[in-house]
Amino acid sequence: MKASDFNYVCPSSVEEATSLLALHGDGAKVIAGGQSLVPALNLRLLAPEILIDIGRIGTLRYISVADGMVRIGALARHVDLLNSQEIAEHVPLLAEAITYVAHPAIRNRGTIGGNLAHADPASELPACMMALDAVMVISGPSGERRVAASEFFLGIYETALAPDELLIGLEIPVTAAGSRFYFHEFSRRNGDFAIAGLAAQANVRDGTVESLRLAYFAIGGRPTLAAHAAAKVARQPIGPAVIADAQSALAEDLEPHDDQQASSAMRLHLAKVLLERCMSDLVQDQEMKRKALQ
Amino acid sequence: MIAPVSITLMVNDEHVNAHVSPRTHLADFLRDHLGLTGTHLGCEHGVCGACTVRLDGDIVRGCLVLAVQADGAVVETIEGLSDSGEIADLQEAFRNRNALQCGYCTPGMLIAVQELLRQQSNPSRETIREHLSGNYCRCTGYHAIVDAVEATVRARNGANA
Repeated sequence: MKASDFNYVCPSSVEEATSLLALHGDGAKVIAGGQSLVPALNLRLLAPEILIDIGRIGTLRYISVADGMVRIGALARHVDLLNSQEIAEHVPLLAEAITYVAHPAIRNRGTIGGNLAHADPASELPACMMALDAVMVISGPSGERRVAASEFFLGIYETALAPDELLIGLEIPVTAAGSRFYFHEFSRRNGDFAIAGLAAQANVRDGTVESLRLAYFAIGGRPTLAAHAAAKVARQPIGPAVIADAQSALAEDLEPHDDQQASSAMRLHLAKVLLERCMSDLVQDQEMKRKALQ
Repeated sequence: MIAPVSITLMVNDEHVNAHVSPRTHLADFLRDHLGLTGTHLGCEHGVCGACTVRLDGDIVRGCLVLAVQADGAVVETIEGLSDSGEIADLQEAFRNRNALQCGYCTPGMLIAVQELLRQQSNPSRETIREHLSGNYCRCTGYHAIVDAVEATVRARNGANA
């Protein structure tokens, strides 16, 4: 299908973009890479009066590392993350996860800010932001504010962004030496949306796991930190009994949904499978895995 | 009525000035305004890959880029890649290996393959399949396509040796 008619404006600065958002309110949609928005327009799931194209605000396309923080501009493309030595070295979870995002032609164009602001519950990156304890940097009429990833994603395509606010970047703490990660998803085809997936980050010492953050995606309406399950394995020697205990706790953490891809029971089952694989992966030596990303 | 927007871009080494409606995507612009019908449209929501073109040197979905977003850009389509001879050997390998039947996916498939071969000189079959996972073919079952890509890789590496 073809998109319905809309007006188009292409601001050259963040300030100009946010004043346009304030002016047009709910009638406007922001477009960056357009890899989620244009399908929705073509399918007429969305019919905005005006598109505000932030794609030419060059100052928003960057990746930098300083003071223990990785800073990524909203317009950094998936391919930029994929090719970035800084990301491979300092946020290996994200380096691995990005290989699961869509296909090359889409990664060449799609942006991390667009992905996060779109907040598709089946997307990999929102869950990574939760696992990594990232902070979203938001610009609005009254200046900048920062929101933790765990408070940013509110529901299906729903975020903490107000209609006159723009996501301009994100900040991720540099992954500590010795910290470990796990990422996997189940999908029908490489690059398709996941049926169930898990992004995890933890400190591992002498076979026990600390500060484990288990961020599930494609299960329920938003990415979810499985805090109950993580508590079950904290500071325990990892073995079958502990893992089984944590798997049972997932029922308290997750609200799996039914759709044409999988039933809620199947999603909960897949979440348990992912947890088991994650735990055995985390307690193994990960030196090889990190090297492979660099 | 939405006023058309003026755009200027390079398409297959030719300057193009045009007025387009903001809702027109790049693939429709190439086909309907410029008559470059080698760029095909399958799903129009980014799933099938039939509309793959090069934008500023990188492959993109033609149906997921608005023509207004291509203002100032360099666009290359299957017509450009065919005329320049850049992929003549790959096209020959597709013919030899029966890597196309109805041909609908073929332009997008060729452009996607060429991007992989510019990035990697000796990709494995698994890498080839993964790179092409965003391009649907409903005829061949993909096996013959992977064969044709491998044959091209061997020939190009042989020629360089």
